[in-house]
Amino acid sequence: MTTVDDQNVHPAELGVPASGASARELTGGRGLAHTPLWRIRLRLLRRSLGITWGLFRQNRMGMFGLALIALFAVMAISHPILMATVWDPAIYDPVDGYDAVMTEFTVVENGALTDEASQIELNQARIELNPMVTVGQVVTIPTQPAPPTFEGEHWHILGTDVHGRDIMSQLLFSTRAAFFLGAVAAITTVLIATSIGAVAAYFGGFVDNALMRFADLILLMPLLPVLILLSAMFSMNMVILGIMIGVLSGFGGVAIVLKSQALAIKVKAFIDAAKVAGGSDWHVIFRHIVPNVLPLSFLFMMFGVTEAIAIESTLSFFGLLNVDMTWGLMIQSARDNGYLLSGTSYWWLLFPAGLAVSFLCFAFFLVGRGMDEVINPRLRAR
Amino acid sequence: MTSTLEHEPALSLESLENRQIDPTRPLLEVDRLVMHYKIKAGEVSAVEDVSFTVHQGEAVGLVGESGCGKTSIALSLLRLLPSNATYEQGEIRLNGENLLELSPEEMRQRRWKDIAMVFQGAMNSWNPVYRVGDQIREALDTHYRGAMTYAEQRAHMEKLFQAVGLPPAMLDRYPHEFSGGMRQRAVIAMALSCSPELIIADEPTTALDVIVQDQILKELKRIQAELGMSIIYISHDIAVIAEVTDSLGVMYAGKLVEYGPTADVFARPRHPYAYLLLRSTPSITGPRRQLAPLEGEPPDLLHPPTGCRFHPRCPFATERCATDVPPLEDIGGGHKVACWHHDRVPALEGALQR
Amino acid sequence: MTETIAPPAASPQPSSRRPLLEIRDLEMKFPISRGLFRAPADFVHAVDGISFEIAPGESLGLVGESGCGKSTTGRMLVKLMEPTGGSIMFRDGEYERDVAKVRGREVKDFRRRVQMIFQDPYESMNPRRTIYDTVSEPLAVQNVGSVVEREQRVLELLRLVGLTPPENFLFRYPHELSGGQRQRVAVARALVMNPSFVVADEPTSMLDVSIRISIMELMAGLAREFQVSYLYITHDLAVARYMCDRIAVMYLGKIVEVGPTEEILANPKHPYTRALLSAVPVPDPSIRRTPVEIKGGISKAINPPPECRFIERCPFAAEVCRTNPHPPLEEKGPRHFVACYRADEIEELAQVAVAAS
Repeated sequence: MTTVDDQNVHPAELGVPASGASARELTGGRGLAHTPLWRIRLRLLRRSLGITWGLFRQNRMGMFGLALIALFAVMAISHPILMATVWDPAIYDPVDGYDAVMTEFTVVENGALTDEASQIELNQARIELNPMVTVGQVVTIPTQPAPPTFEGEHWHILGTDVHGRDIMSQLLFSTRAAFFLGAVAAITTVLIATSIGAVAAYFGGFVDNALMRFADLILLMPLLPVLILLSAMFSMNMVILGIMIGVLSGFGGVAIVLKSQALAIKVKAFIDAAKVAGGSDWHVIFRHIVPNVLPLSFLFMMFGVTEAIAIESTLSFFGLLNVDMTWGLMIQSARDNGYLLSGTSYWWLLFPAGLAVSFLCFAFFLVGRGMDEVINPRLRAR
Repeated sequence: MTSTLEHEPALSLESLENRQIDPTRPLLEVDRLVMHYKIKAGEVSAVEDVSFTVHQGEAVGLVGESGCGKTSIALSLLRLLPSNATYEQGEIRLNGENLLELSPEEMRQRRWKDIAMVFQGAMNSWNPVYRVGDQIREALDTHYRGAMTYAEQRAHMEKLFQAVGLPPAMLDRYPHEFSGGMRQRAVIAMALSCSPELIIADEPTTALDVIVQDQILKELKRIQAELGMSIIYISHDIAVIAEVTDSLGVMYAGKLVEYGPTADVFARPRHPYAYLLLRSTPSITGPRRQLAPLEGEPPDLLHPPTGCRFHPRCPFATERCATDVPPLEDIGGGHKVACWHHDRVPALEGALQR
Repeated sequence: MTETIAPPAASPQPSSRRPLLEIRDLEMKFPISRGLFRAPADFVHAVDGISFEIAPGESLGLVGESGCGKSTTGRMLVKLMEPTGGSIMFRDGEYERDVAKVRGREVKDFRRRVQMIFQDPYESMNPRRTIYDTVSEPLAVQNVGSVVEREQRVLELLRLVGLTPPENFLFRYPHELSGGQRQRVAVARALVMNPSFVVADEPTSMLDVSIRISIMELMAGLAREFQVSYLYITHDLAVARYMCDRIAVMYLGKIVEVGPTEEILANPKHPYTRALLSAVPVPDPSIRRTPVEIKGGISKAINPPPECRFIERCPFAAEVCRTNPHPPLEEKGPRHFVACYRADEIEELAQVAVAAS
């Protein structure tokens, strides 16, 4: 016989239930009969989210991650706006745009080169332009990839790629794709993993065995090689890739973790109480087990986004995806043209995309960790 | 007293046997102890101005409801409090030496050797991956490093196990192979391992079935009598405290509200809370008394009530109770009460037995 | 301190009325798994063919140590577990079913009439649902009444269990309430459908002494008011004394003694009941208990031998106990049944034992 003291009982959840909400406050003093229940629930939800936000806000790591994500979101939104206003689609389109930086060179005798920036050797000029070039002639050669230029009518803040396309435009355009992919993959993961975990934990026995052995199987398969194989067989776009990643991680490790959480909830007395009240299996699963697993699901959603973006970059890098433009594709096109090992001399081809992938993954990871501390009071600083 | 043991233990824990017991000599004196926990929302006044004395060979009980500060006192005595706890005031003297002034290393030496503790929940006291014997040996190693050979340690532990009624062969078993009662016996053996003068038993039989509880309590009583140890029992179970203690303290909201010889306190409880607590405990013997429920809930110790902490729930509360803190006064025979209206409590008796 | 628990009104005479519940040879055997592809050879006989009755409005206490099968019994009566044998006849007005055989849609219908109160007030409520959601859940899943009617009913019950003003509790979450308040909510949830039978599994064992009394008082009062029968599961005989009209003592899956509460306490006839009673500490230092007669600890009933379950620990075991199967319950006093071959001699035997020691 133990007595529990209140300080040890912390609601471990994302939406920490709000305190001190009397019916009077929630119904605006008019009583339940005049206020629909959904409106009360909405108010309660808003309160609980407010409290959760209050806890999350105290977490510097999480807030830094959130700020980074906000920055990326601004980037994603800014692309269509810029395209519609200041950027000329013929030049700035991330896929079809073209604008080479034209540089004038004076042709000099072979071996007489004194200034690389303004002179060109005769043989070199004959190869790049035409065999009729003569010494002393001033020629114009398009440079691609070109470093950042802030001259003339069309600035290229991050330079252009090997095909003369604006890197900044590509970067902004790809942000949207990354968010989209992350969302599709993470939502798919969580939907599948939560349902599977809750169902396996609740029913147990054969259902549990079958689902969990299947999960083991998927967990054993190396995710990346399988996706490479799949993308070799089917033409994959972002939606299909997102669902694929979601399904594979949703049936695999995440389902196993969420199942163990669901198992911990299944043995609580309120599950028995719901059954004795006459609740059906699905009532118990979706009204009692799933809501208590959801906070953990959201956590895995954050980590899921990180994983999906990293996988997409890898697959694009190998040129295995049928996509217009992504960060991975930007690096891949640099690699295809032999710039991958060029060190820092062609930094604008590699660094913007590479850093974007790293930082967005990092940001979602930080938010995940921050949420972890809100959900899991033991990690919270006293 | 008939023992339930198959084999009578031969006690030869030398240092304990030769101990001279003087029941009038104070062993442990807790003097005006004030202890607070600092949390985000403020300070929790967990132990407030508590004083009591444990004499040599005496069994003292601290009884109260959850959150009344009884476990905080136990941890205070061993200085095992969490880092956010602060001793605001007071002294804890063991044989005249103030424990609160010792360095952490000196305190570490005192634990187990001078004061040992039997924790609540015997399962959690054991590390599941080590044999029970090895875990007791670890305690011996800490305090008698190099002083005992391996064989001497073994012999000592076998004696300990016999003393608590466990077959010595059980030393080589793992905790999960012990039943609940056996595990609690082993915990007691562990507490005895360094021959302490004082054992603090925090809910030693909670979570045990009544028959096993009966065995463990008898064991503790016998060991205490034979070895002349002092024991502080901490429990929410008034019936357990009534059976095993010589003196008894009733705690409410961090305060000691009544203290005295157990028989005296039970016969004449004079604090209204103590009175209602004792009278709300159902019993299977005697006539079926009416039980007196206590109205209301214990206070939030972040914002304890002013004056007497019991006054919001007290049937006798007057204005004075809300402003002045009643001192713990001796009302005769070492029976102390902290209540402005303790002389009115007997009137409750009549009211309840109508 | 305005009210005190009063001794129950003259308990209903179960013999004069048809019992609400009539349990016959109820049995629950748990297989001990030997791996995926081998049929289990060993069974834990958690509940091993017990029979008892509960009259309308009567409160029966099921008492025993942990592992004796009392909780399993309670869970079978509300169909949280399916018994492996036996019958549970449930008669509530027109409704008459063998609960052990009720399947499918009928289960939901049966659950309009029974409820359960759980031990741990911190775990028996979904932390993410409000008190309104929790109390109105049976109404909602059974589709009873409109939202407004449900609200009225919930408010009425919260008031009844002493959570006033009820409006202030409606949209609170369980963690905002104290242990005692939560257990009041649990009582409200159990009574919201007006059940005729409630299984209470150690409803007060986790509460502090002072709160325990008020919850016991509440449950007893509401039972009288609404003619609810309780199966009150507890390890605490003192609590059973105040809550129950009759007590059944269980040991390793068997009922060893059953009878009116005061009769059992004053005149226990089974050696196990005697031991159990003498082991309970008395909250009065002036009273010395008689020493406990039995030895050893409780074991597990894995494939138990046919003879008396208590034989290993029994100080009075004789030849008759070793050569015969587990003794049947026999009437040894008014409505007082004991499962012991030597029940009539126990008193003498105990006195001889005390004199000898």
